[in-house]
Amino acid sequence: MATQQKEINLGDNSARYQSEVPGETMSLNMGPSHPATHGVLRLKLELDGDFITKCDPVIGYLHRGDEKIAENMTYNQFVPYTDRLDYLAPLHNNVTYAIAVEKLAGLEMPPRCEAIRVICCELARISSHLLGIGVYGMDAGAFTIFLYTFTEREKLYTLFEELTGARLTTSYTRIGGLMRDIPEGWLGRVNNFINQLGPILEEVDGLLTRNTIWMKRTEGVCPISKEDALAYGLTGPNLRASGVDADLRRDKPYSGYENYDFEIPIGTSGDCYDRYLVRMEEIRQSMSIVRQAIEKMPDGPWYAEEAKKIFPPRKDKILTKMEELIQNFMIVTEGPQIPPGEVYFEAENPKGVLGFFIVSKGGGVPYRMKIRGPSFCSLSILPKVMPGLMITDVPIVLGSLDFVMGECDR
Amino acid sequence: MDPITLILKVVYALVMISVVMTCAGYCVLAERKVAAWIQGRVGPNRASLPFITAIPIIGPFLQKLGIWQLPADGLKFLFKEDPVPGHVNKVYYFLAPVLALVPALMTMVAVPFGQYWDEAGVGHPLILANIDIGILFILAVSSLGVYSIVLAGWAANSKYPFFGSIRASAQMVSYELTMGLALLPVLMWANTADGIGGLTLSNVVASQDGLWLAFIQPLSAFLFLIALFAETNRLPFDMAESETDLVGGFHTEYGSFKFGLFFTAEYAHIVMGSALFVLLFLGGWNFLPFLAAPWPHTLVGSVLSVLWFFFKVCFMIFFFIWVRWTLPRFRYDQVMHMGWNTLLPWALVNLVFNTFLIGFLDKA
Repeated sequence: MATQQKEINLGDNSARYQSEVPGETMSLNMGPSHPATHGVLRLKLELDGDFITKCDPVIGYLHRGDEKIAENMTYNQFVPYTDRLDYLAPLHNNVTYAIAVEKLAGLEMPPRCEAIRVICCELARISSHLLGIGVYGMDAGAFTIFLYTFTEREKLYTLFEELTGARLTTSYTRIGGLMRDIPEGWLGRVNNFINQLGPILEEVDGLLTRNTIWMKRTEGVCPISKEDALAYGLTGPNLRASGVDADLRRDKPYSGYENYDFEIPIGTSGDCYDRYLVRMEEIRQSMSIVRQAIEKMPDGPWYAEEAKKIFPPRKDKILTKMEELIQNFMIVTEGPQIPPGEVYFEAENPKGVLGFFIVSKGGGVPYRMKIRGPSFCSLSILPKVMPGLMITDVPIVLGSLDFVMGECDR
Repeated sequence: MDPITLILKVVYALVMISVVMTCAGYCVLAERKVAAWIQGRVGPNRASLPFITAIPIIGPFLQKLGIWQLPADGLKFLFKEDPVPGHVNKVYYFLAPVLALVPALMTMVAVPFGQYWDEAGVGHPLILANIDIGILFILAVSSLGVYSIVLAGWAANSKYPFFGSIRASAQMVSYELTMGLALLPVLMWANTADGIGGLTLSNVVASQDGLWLAFIQPLSAFLFLIALFAETNRLPFDMAESETDLVGGFHTEYGSFKFGLFFTAEYAHIVMGSALFVLLFLGGWNFLPFLAAPWPHTLVGSVLSVLWFFFKVCFMIFFFIWVRWTLPRFRYDQVMHMGWNTLLPWALVNLVFNTFLIGFLDKA
């Protein structure tokens, strides 16, 4: 079991913990239902006064066996399950999963499909970071920040609803394309949303970034060194805050990310404040990517046309032509026919690197699927960084790591 | 004392209690409405009464104002099941909420809220008991409030309340020092030449006839305000609750009406704290600085003096709410560090400076 890490390495953090009074420690159980733990994380803390001497995260309260479930259904049927991995950025999970399977099938997506997927990914990133920052602020007691960002996220969800028919469980992608094309005028509304998001971000910026209390709470708290971040497999904003210049969107571009101009914010000290700043900047970069994607949105098909055994034909053809009817029937009953082989694909999700390892023996059902969730790795560093902090820092650290238990427990 | 005076005193006291309790109750509503306003929400607007809401215009307006939320919440507190966890120390568990409310209500005895003029044209403060040691009495009684938090945390016999109560008690004891030291220059300034009655609040108000003390001693006002936030356990300093890490702080194990008492006590403290700040630094019932109060020596003037006072208190309550929904919260050790290492030295500097200033001006 991965949770049985007993190692306590009192690193740099323990400099703050200088109690010389010998006494009993106190064990405190934080979670699984505690306002600070963002879901069903449980922390077994050992405390010396207000200081933490040992932290043992207990995970698995939200385990649903997604990987096993995947072996029992066709590739398309698993798309809704990807919504429930990182349920704060379901669109990006959809895209990551679809690209993984398409890589296995050797499919190339037409430019329009790729552009739509990029917009989906970046909007998902914005929504996830908005919630992440809002909850992070709320953990420090700034409740208003949470409602400001949550309001924006609601507007975004209204756009998602228009695009996919659902606010939270989007299930937008299909193997070999999308569920449907973007609705008419949707891009304009996305553009309007992006334009009005700027001032709101400024407001959050004004309330938090140079706020003395906020800086006192986050600056220098729980710094994660470059080496630690790499050793524990941190990814995404958490890794970049520690000063590692790594972003899969640029390093291993997928879905046409090489066509967009964006900067990758890097932190210096890897403390909670840096993680906040990196997320704030990433929202701005995502806004710029969405703008670019809207500007040069190509025309053309939004599904792989030559993928006869993978993507179902158009409805009007199904209803009028025999061959298409049979093809549709086969795909619906047996699933998209994916050739044998294995693939590992990972993409830069809002929370970090989400990877799918899929083994196929041919047919419509994966033989084995392994999901690499970034939140799981982010949480693995807790026993290392928590000792030496105070209990009041726990919500701050958890908020700054911005994990989601649906993806950690799977 | 003849029986009629006694009965009158009791009636006055009851009236005051009902006024303060109503204020505290509507503070809760104000908090929710102002929070909603700050956060771009609507706030409570659903609770309604069957017949009053049917009145055109006024009824729906009152409902949208959320005015019926207070009785609804109060009744809910009364009628909810009142579970007592098995592991608590029963005596102290029941005592703590009572202890929370009593000091908050007792302080109002010595809080003047306006003035009236007798036939000779001499002004008297409107006050329940005009005692010589006014401000000392208020400080002494209000600091008893910390016992309720300590007892609540101790009696609950549970870890999170325990943390909350330990933090809150340490914090309140520390900030009382700053509070006291910030008050001294005010009392020195307000002291009259004969040196009598320097501790009564009406005296302090009388000294602010022209210019408010907040302008004469801004540092004292600032330090006192910060200490007031800490004493009332409001947000930048709400170590006692700190709901993100301590769930509910000292009242985690309380439910129903006992929780209601804690809740009311918190807002009663805010009302009292605001009143105190207004009396000490914002001119009490005086009109704006350098402006003479309109219609002095008449009944209208008396009523207006109460109104000025009330408006100023309302503003202070709004200020409390405003700060709460704007700022994040300090960490416990930072609160203590600030109290002892920053505020206390500044309070001392302020005291010495003002002592010299007052001596130089030969005021006393």
